[in-house]
Amino acid sequence: MSTLVITGGRLIDPANNIDQVGDLYIKDRRIISRFNRPSDFSAEHTIDAKDHIVCPGFIDLSAHLREPGQTQKATILSETTAALNSGITTLCCPPDSLPINDTPAVTEFILDKVEHANAATVLPIGALTQGLEGVKLSAMVALQKAGCIAFSNDPNPIKNTLVLRRALEYAASHDLCVIIRPEDPWLQNQGCIHEGFQASRFGLQGIPKASEIIAIQQSLTLCELTGCRIHFTQLSCHESVALIKAAKQKKLPVTADVAMHHLFFTEDALNTFDSTLHVRPPFRTKYDRQGLIEGLKTGVIDAICSAHQPHDADAKLGAFPSTEPGISSLETLLPLVLKLVTEHDLSLSQGLAFITQNAAAILNIQEGNLAIGSIADICIFNPEQRWTVNEQNWLSQGRNTPFWGQTLQGKTTQVIKSGTVINA
Amino acid sequence: MTKPDSLQFNSNHQLQHLLSIEGLNQALLTEIMDNAESFASLANQPVKKYPILRGKTIVNLFFENSTRTRTTFELAAKRLSADVINMNIATSATSKGESLLDTIRNLEAMHVDMFVIRHALSGAAHFIAQNVAPGISVINAGDGNHAHPTQALLDMFTIRRHKKDFASLRVAIIGDILHSRVARSQIQALSILGAKEIRVIAPKTLLPVEVTSLGVTVSHNLEEGLQDIDVVIMLRLQKERMSGALLPSESEYFSNFGLTPEKLAIAKPDAIVMHPGPINRGVEIASEVADGPQSVILQQVSYGIAVRMAIMSLIMQASDRQPS
Repeated sequence: MSTLVITGGRLIDPANNIDQVGDLYIKDRRIISRFNRPSDFSAEHTIDAKDHIVCPGFIDLSAHLREPGQTQKATILSETTAALNSGITTLCCPPDSLPINDTPAVTEFILDKVEHANAATVLPIGALTQGLEGVKLSAMVALQKAGCIAFSNDPNPIKNTLVLRRALEYAASHDLCVIIRPEDPWLQNQGCIHEGFQASRFGLQGIPKASEIIAIQQSLTLCELTGCRIHFTQLSCHESVALIKAAKQKKLPVTADVAMHHLFFTEDALNTFDSTLHVRPPFRTKYDRQGLIEGLKTGVIDAICSAHQPHDADAKLGAFPSTEPGISSLETLLPLVLKLVTEHDLSLSQGLAFITQNAAAILNIQEGNLAIGSIADICIFNPEQRWTVNEQNWLSQGRNTPFWGQTLQGKTTQVIKSGTVINA
Repeated sequence: MTKPDSLQFNSNHQLQHLLSIEGLNQALLTEIMDNAESFASLANQPVKKYPILRGKTIVNLFFENSTRTRTTFELAAKRLSADVINMNIATSATSKGESLLDTIRNLEAMHVDMFVIRHALSGAAHFIAQNVAPGISVINAGDGNHAHPTQALLDMFTIRRHKKDFASLRVAIIGDILHSRVARSQIQALSILGAKEIRVIAPKTLLPVEVTSLGVTVSHNLEEGLQDIDVVIMLRLQKERMSGALLPSESEYFSNFGLTPEKLAIAKPDAIVMHPGPINRGVEIASEVADGPQSVILQQVSYGIAVRMAIMSLIMQASDRQPS
């Protein structure tokens, strides 16, 4: 397809402060005009987007794809397809595949599969240390050349602060971004739930907030020492927001995100040993959830990620502590953004910025906006359409969502990926 | 997802599974204790067997070692004429990689009526109760640090035999509350029965962070904590707590939290001393106290059979009345 016009939709582009009904013109994979028909434009294809929102395709800062190594849980094909159909045109996959993404060969394998899947763009996150063991640095520059967008040691925090210092220094030398999911491994202590009321009641091993707070304090101190750009992912504590705020005031090169489900659940939801609510970091208190939402409103937290972790059914069948943490969350990202906007008095543009422009800025990529000349990665959705989370409407191989069976509002109708229309 | 307290009852509001004390009411706890009373009085008869569970198959499924609990469950089931199988899974199927659910499915295929389950992980009994075929009952014989409801019920039964009125009682639970499923269930049972005060006494390293949310008062000092106490419940201290940096040494623990005759004298003169067993002499309790006149530790064991008979017969009645 060489020319396409999307007519009558409400164009929302947070990066360019646009929120207005109008047409969007695409030619040869690129956006060529907003609102005004170019003089020589003749549309080969037209999408009527009346009563729909037309916005940049979403960028997800953390989505596990499980391939290579755990294809019983999910595949690159299944998850990038699920992502694209949910409006996510670009996503970052953490390095904990099997084998771990710590060599260019693994990165190339992933990108080869991504190309064949022909769905969402994948930006792999490389391992910060070899084998995620926290001992030797990985070949970050070679990994970057192979296609890695940033580096992380998740899910294994680096225990040795000297190794962490050097990893940050090395990354800083090459202007690479390091992603840290803050967790002190000693205080984490094989916990599976927030150390609070429910942990006390159920006799489950708790993870104290101090685990996250200490890890952020440590990383911020090393950020100051090394000058490395650090992105903190999946914050769970009120106090973490204050730390990031202070760091930003000191002009440290830090950014932060929160996992979508942490904006909706607290430990109170864990009334039933329900393993679909087993996540890491754990759901904390109402106070923490409020702090995270305030952090988003005040710009301290830049973005929201899905923290997508698809699992096979067996991974969630067992006594709560023996089940694997994580929620399959690509397909609920949009409806939950809309819910967040409604519940917390945000504008739609503010809500969408968390999963478009702001995420792009963290990764320093061109996507996430509707700028003239940019590649057409566009999401068109109906904010009123209600849909039920069930087998008919679900594409991810992982069905581990606490929303299973529930009806949510907001559905992608079409996605444009590099100018090509996909009917969701 | 079913709430834990409703999961325990069938559609006729009868007890289908016993997973936790949470969600039970005073009337039900009293009914179980009243029934246990009649079973206890029959224990001295020459023939100790009743045909209540004749033809029923009960599997004692123990993923963790146990002597007392497993034996008293077995005796209780046999005295009710059930067929009993003991399975020690700690050395069996799961060590070959079989999942918890597969183990249960296999046993279900053998047409079992009731599972008595002990497991090292909190929530295991709930998980099994959620996944067993309809009509099969589950009794939690201890899951992780979560619950041990039959132990709590036999403890309440023991207290009632000596003290009668819960509303006037101050009860102290002393020791490793953090890792104790017994303590959690006792606290819930005592709350439901309306005890005047439930006091936990331990160093902070052995207390859950939000222990007061369970409805207890807290003391870190045994001498202070024992004042005005009617019932003293000691908890077993596992040796591995020293290696986890929770405590410096057994001797330091004993000198601060061990129950000696001198310390016991601080409690009310007619206070009783309880312990779920097995006891560590010289670690949490001195032999003079464990074997002394105020100790009811061995009575707890004998009452365990009567209380478990009462629970099993109550649950089986519920599952028999349930339309299949």
